[in-house]
Amino acid sequence: MQPFKLIALFILLAFGKEGNTQNSEPIKVYDSFDDFQQSELKLVDRGVKLVNFWATWCKPCVKELPYFQQLHEKYPDLPMLLVSLDKKADASEKIASFLAKRGITISTVLLADTRANDWIDKVSPLWSGSIPATLLVTEAEPVFFETDFESLETLMETTQIISYLKNIK
Amino acid sequence: MTLSLLTGLLITIFTMNAPAALKPGDVAADFKLKNVDGKMVSLSDFKNVKGYIVVFTCNHCPYAKAYEDRLIAINDKYSKQGYPVIAINPNDPSAEPEDSFDEMKVRAKQKGFKFPYLMDEGQKIYPQYGATKTPHVFLLDSKRVVKYIGSIDDSPTDASAVKAKYLEDAIAALQAGKDIIPNVTKALGCSIKVKKA
Repeated sequence: MQPFKLIALFILLAFGKEGNTQNSEPIKVYDSFDDFQQSELKLVDRGVKLVNFWATWCKPCVKELPYFQQLHEKYPDLPMLLVSLDKKADASEKIASFLAKRGITISTVLLADTRANDWIDKVSPLWSGSIPATLLVTEAEPVFFETDFESLETLMETTQIISYLKNIK
Repeated sequence: MTLSLLTGLLITIFTMNAPAALKPGDVAADFKLKNVDGKMVSLSDFKNVKGYIVVFTCNHCPYAKAYEDRLIAINDKYSKQGYPVIAINPNDPSAEPEDSFDEMKVRAKQKGFKFPYLMDEGQKIYPQYGATKTPHVFLLDSKRVVKYIGSIDDSPTDASAVKAKYLEDAIAALQAGKDIIPNVTKALGCSIKVKKA
């Protein structure tokens, strides 16, 4: 009985530790918007990229994250990116564990360029600067939404994301 | 084709419903809103002023919090010069409890606000200005003509890293009778929290 308990405890500890460390490696930080734009706002192959600007302290942002995750699980090949606007120090651990706790597996970067007046218009001239905000990088003009989404359905209907996807199964 | 027509129609409908956001040169509406001291405040209550610094701000938003001390300093400096700060919380407390009237009173007392901190009860005023976020500044002249819209400066989260004091530069240009450049800036902010139907 005793060794069994010990083994159980061991497994628990091992898994517990695994659960904590898994996913909590630092996320990539961009100090310059131009670097971010060059690396992250480029289309790769699927004809579209869905980019969501958010922060851990922004309640409507956090509320809609599960809908983005559901979309990600439904269309794993759809290129998606979460852009955290949290403070730079949060990139080392806080954001990754925040996402892991909520089961969010969409790739995430942190944009730490504080001179927002210089780059908000480069994301979209339609953006006033409030978050959450969502951008579709497409083969034509980018499409921009300064709103939060109430469900997976509204996210998909409002953005018409599927109409942009090429070769979707 | 049908889709773009439909989109066009939708955009038209949305544009028709939303009042046009203020631009520099437009005349801003006056208002009568409840201050944290319980009294009603209008722009017209301020006598012999040269203008108004109307700031949509709130309790909960980290960007708004980051600007509280700078806003206090700006009011201390510019109210004497005829440009008082008037702060308005545009958020609906049912959507953001931290921005309730009682919480506003607590915050104003804690920080020692010497300027009015008003509740946009019923959320009627912020759409007339076209405020979309907190903080969002509108500098008006004495005739309520909009002179500058946007951010207080270029470094919201780090006051020590400010390079361009947009609002103060705008006031200086206004005082000197010069063109205000830039007269519109953008900054990150928290979306205005609207009561859900």
